[in-house]
Amino acid sequence: METIKEKIGYKRWKKWKYFLLVLPFLIFVFAFSYVPLFGWAYAFFDYRPGKLFWDVDWAGLKHFQRLFTDSSIPRILRNTLVMSGLTLLSSPFPMFLAILLNDVKNVKIKKFIQTTTTLPHFISWVVVFGLAHGLFGATGLLNQLLKVLDIPTLEFGLIGDKNSTWVLQWMLGLWKTLGWDAILYMAAIVGIDGELYDAAKVDGANKLQLIRHITLPGMVPTFLVLLLLKVSNVLNNGFDQYFMFWNSLVADKIEVLDYYIYNVGLKTGQYSYSITVSMLKSLIGIVILFLANRVSKKLRGTSLV
Amino acid sequence: MNKNAKLVGNKDLSEILFEILKNIIIVVFVIACIYPFYYVIIYSLSDPDKAQYGIWLWPVDFTLDTYIMIFERNDIIPAFGISVLRTVIGTVTSVFCTSLLAFLMTRKEMPFRKVVYRFIIITMYLDAGLIPWYIVMKTYGLQNNFLLYVVPSAISAYNMILIKTFMEQLPESLEEAAAIEGAGFFDIFFRIVLPLSKPIIATISVYCAVGQWNSWRDNFFLNTDRSLKTVQLILREYITSAQKVAEAMENNPALAQQLGNAVQITPEAVQMTVVVITMVPVMLVYPFAQKYFTKGIMLGAVKG
Repeated sequence: METIKEKIGYKRWKKWKYFLLVLPFLIFVFAFSYVPLFGWAYAFFDYRPGKLFWDVDWAGLKHFQRLFTDSSIPRILRNTLVMSGLTLLSSPFPMFLAILLNDVKNVKIKKFIQTTTTLPHFISWVVVFGLAHGLFGATGLLNQLLKVLDIPTLEFGLIGDKNSTWVLQWMLGLWKTLGWDAILYMAAIVGIDGELYDAAKVDGANKLQLIRHITLPGMVPTFLVLLLLKVSNVLNNGFDQYFMFWNSLVADKIEVLDYYIYNVGLKTGQYSYSITVSMLKSLIGIVILFLANRVSKKLRGTSLV
Repeated sequence: MNKNAKLVGNKDLSEILFEILKNIIIVVFVIACIYPFYYVIIYSLSDPDKAQYGIWLWPVDFTLDTYIMIFERNDIIPAFGISVLRTVIGTVTSVFCTSLLAFLMTRKEMPFRKVVYRFIIITMYLDAGLIPWYIVMKTYGLQNNFLLYVVPSAISAYNMILIKTFMEQLPESLEEAAAIEGAGFFDIFFRIVLPLSKPIIATISVYCAVGQWNSWRDNFFLNTDRSLKTVQLILREYITSAQKVAEAMENNPALAQQLGNAVQITPEAVQMTVVVITMVPVMLVYPFAQKYFTKGIMLGAVKG
């Protein structure tokens, strides 16, 4: 190495050394994040597992055309948008919880509340499913309670009840995220200038007026960022939750896009069609994020990402 | 805010109402967050035969028989081991690689630094999707391979930003002094920057560890080999497959004698016990790690 160092000069060598060090990382990132993107090409072919790239048949736009004739798509989109819509509907909730939490003066109690309400964020959907099974399954606590109260029980529990699927999944999602998201807003409250409160109090504002005129407006920027990110994720409900809670009784209501991609892909082996759906989903997501970013720039003067 | 004390005297109706609502909402929500955990724990500790007729506040006829029975089976303990292994190795790998990359990205002399940085950051927004990921991992030979748990997650662009932001705030003088003393790149990284970055490293480690413990998708899709099963997937099997539970409950003569046939184990008891076994590690570290979690979300907020 001495020779290279001498040839190109020590300073230059030092510069390029960093580049050489970062190179393995770049190859890694390329291999694990960029190479899978080439798989999108299979949207134009009929991919069969085990076949190599040059062995697969050209399919043209067949898989794209199928999107419009696939009778499942309207149902899948409906479920996807319903679940995203409900999530958007509850997006101010963490803000309200943060206001209430901020009003708890006892530090120990406040900490206790934060610890308990953020716990659901840190357990997997597998465990959530296990908990829900215990509470809302066929032999779960809810059915036992209904029995005691002499109310007709749900034969397969809430988990197997088609009519409550949307609300149940919405509530589970909320349960898992509410406490955690509230912490973000707590951070926003801490950032509000204390003098504003003092000045308002001098003017005779009561607690509700302080919240209405100072705390809430102070949280709006955070709210907008999170809202825009949520909007750009309307097609991404996530896979874990819907996969875990899927059963044939509620399939009609619970199958969202992320589930469908798995279903047509790995479950029934229509790889290319699954790739087409997921590719379009990703691209639409990027476009919405881009638009949301422009909205954010206009509204707040700063970009989102 | 503690100046509110002054207002105590002239609280109007709306404030009293707020106070009441606040307490009700918080109490209800806190109970909603704790109770499900509490319920499965007391269920798993109760006499299964009695528990199935309803328990909700205390365990009935406390017993550890369901646990003994489950640990006698040869699936939970190996899976638990795999989960622990992936958590430890995966976390160490990811934290090391990501922080080394973050440190490299703080080197302003690096040629094409901006391009390199963007190249990595963009991956946060690129999602190739399930099938391309599946095909590529298979092609790399990561199917039925423990490395699947720890290699693809070695670099996280998001964590890299957080660590880099932190490292950039460190005083440059220490590093300069070390360089004058003749310390090389790795000396500076291991002896100065890494120790000084302990707060952020701790936070990221906790996140990585929880993420590793909770993941199951890679296991489900690609590591179908029984010896690579993680505890999350075992839990899913116990809940969704009646057959699995039936197998578990099949009378193990030796065990039955040991337990004196006193306890009739039910499918529900088996399932609730596996839930507890799966969530216990997170719940045990959680109270201690909570401050790191909160710190992490604040960092994310600053970045956003």
